[in-house]
Amino acid sequence: MSRPLVRIFLDRLVAALIALCVMVAAIPVLVLLLFVVIKGLPGLLTPGFFTDPPHPQGVPGGGVLNAIIGTLEIVGMASLLAVPIGALIGVFLSEYGRNRLGDTVRFISDVLTGLPSIAFGIFGYTVVVLTTHHFSAISASVALAVLMLPVILRATESALMLVPQALREAGLALGAPSWRVTVEIVVPGETAPLLFTAFGNEIVQSNPLQPMGALALTVFRNALSPYQNLQDQAWAAALLLVLLVASANILARLYVRRIQR
Amino acid sequence: MQTEIAPRPVADADAEIKLDARHVNFFYGDFQALEDASLAVQARRITALIGPSGCGKTTFLRIFNRMHDLTPSTRATGEVLLDGHNVLDPDTDVIQLRRQVGMLFQRPNPFPKSIYDNVAYGPHMLGWSKSRINDIVEQSLKDTGLWDEVQNRLRRSALNLSGGQQQRLCLARALAVEPQVILMDEPASALDPIATLRIEELMQDLKKRYTIVIVTHNMQQASRVSDFTAFMLMNQRRAGEVIEFGPTDDIFNRPKESRTEDYITGRFG
Repeated sequence: MSRPLVRIFLDRLVAALIALCVMVAAIPVLVLLLFVVIKGLPGLLTPGFFTDPPHPQGVPGGGVLNAIIGTLEIVGMASLLAVPIGALIGVFLSEYGRNRLGDTVRFISDVLTGLPSIAFGIFGYTVVVLTTHHFSAISASVALAVLMLPVILRATESALMLVPQALREAGLALGAPSWRVTVEIVVPGETAPLLFTAFGNEIVQSNPLQPMGALALTVFRNALSPYQNLQDQAWAAALLLVLLVASANILARLYVRRIQR
Repeated sequence: MQTEIAPRPVADADAEIKLDARHVNFFYGDFQALEDASLAVQARRITALIGPSGCGKTTFLRIFNRMHDLTPSTRATGEVLLDGHNVLDPDTDVIQLRRQVGMLFQRPNPFPKSIYDNVAYGPHMLGWSKSRINDIVEQSLKDTGLWDEVQNRLRRSALNLSGGQQQRLCLARALAVEPQVILMDEPASALDPIATLRIEELMQDLKKRYTIVIVTHNMQQASRVSDFTAFMLMNQRRAGEVIEFGPTDDIFNRPKESRTEDYITGRFG
């Protein structure tokens, strides 16, 4: 074979390998989505799915109203706790964290990311349930907040690192103190949209240790039940979760686009 | 501590020296990037720093408003006197210094804000009144020849402007805080010839009121725009030195140093 033919062959080969890898990664996701849609759509369209509380096992009908409200409440409270703290830590890491303290914080955050979520559940249980002596949405929120924290702070940090150094220099060269450059130039540039995405992903991260209704819990519990209508409900709840996450991401993207105009 | 006086660019003893760098050494960690660099910048004139890549021109320039503070583990010794006050003194108020000594960068770097907000950023930070800010925004945009082009879209994003317009906007933004000195770090290197010409014309207007120091790769640019030129070169230890400094006409037509002549005539660099 002449050299150009070898080159063309290699080029095709590598392109084919890359395409194969993409398919290997994409097919399971697509199959899963398809499955959830097919199995979940009928349940989602059942009257009362969104508006009724769950019925006792064996009683037909019932919905996931509690779980929806519970999910929104838990995620909302957790975000209220974790977003401000996480974002501030992220700002610290990106703007003032080129030192040992910053590295330590990064290391701790990475360890936190690697912990199984059950550990966060136990943390929420110990800190909130045992001190207040009853189960509550707050315990789930605290656990979820700690779980979200490393994701948010790293998302913030990497978003801020995307802000060109030239913009910081432009501000500083005008005689702006560095805190003003951070608050007025660096942060408005990138953070908001990325944070949006980051916590959109947290809706699914709920924890089956908590007694309060949550969609993830509904999926978990109902899927294991022997009753067909509850299993259908589990599929529908799974689909609803997927839709919630997808719409959070889409909203984030629309928001980004609007800002960049 | 007053060190020995730096070489004067002109014999004229009455010339007002705005910025006087004396025996400046600069280090990135252990590496010395500038060695005994001196430069007396005359007020309301344009002084150009020329020399091959890596000779320390930009490093030297960024010392004048302490931008090197932003790079960790750097150190400058010697003196840089701004109206007689040493800006390298640890007690120098860097914020105040940078308001007096503005900077224009290699690539246009407008904030991702509106045209108006870009220019108003400095004055707003200084807490000026709304009407004073409006006046200075208009004036700065007029000074940079942008007003006619943008007056109907002041609230639109600065990022939609062309590269040349963005660079003039950055200049307007720097002018708005009413500096005395403007440092330009290859301000036209990312611009096309027409936009470059606009910047060069502006410099001639601006030097009536401001002292300008410009770093440029482009010798033709230096000879076109500047009143004084400093030629810099790396020595054997790879540290930048000022080889020759004087009126631009002398440097380009009657250089005293053979190394300057070699560079000017294109024998190296």
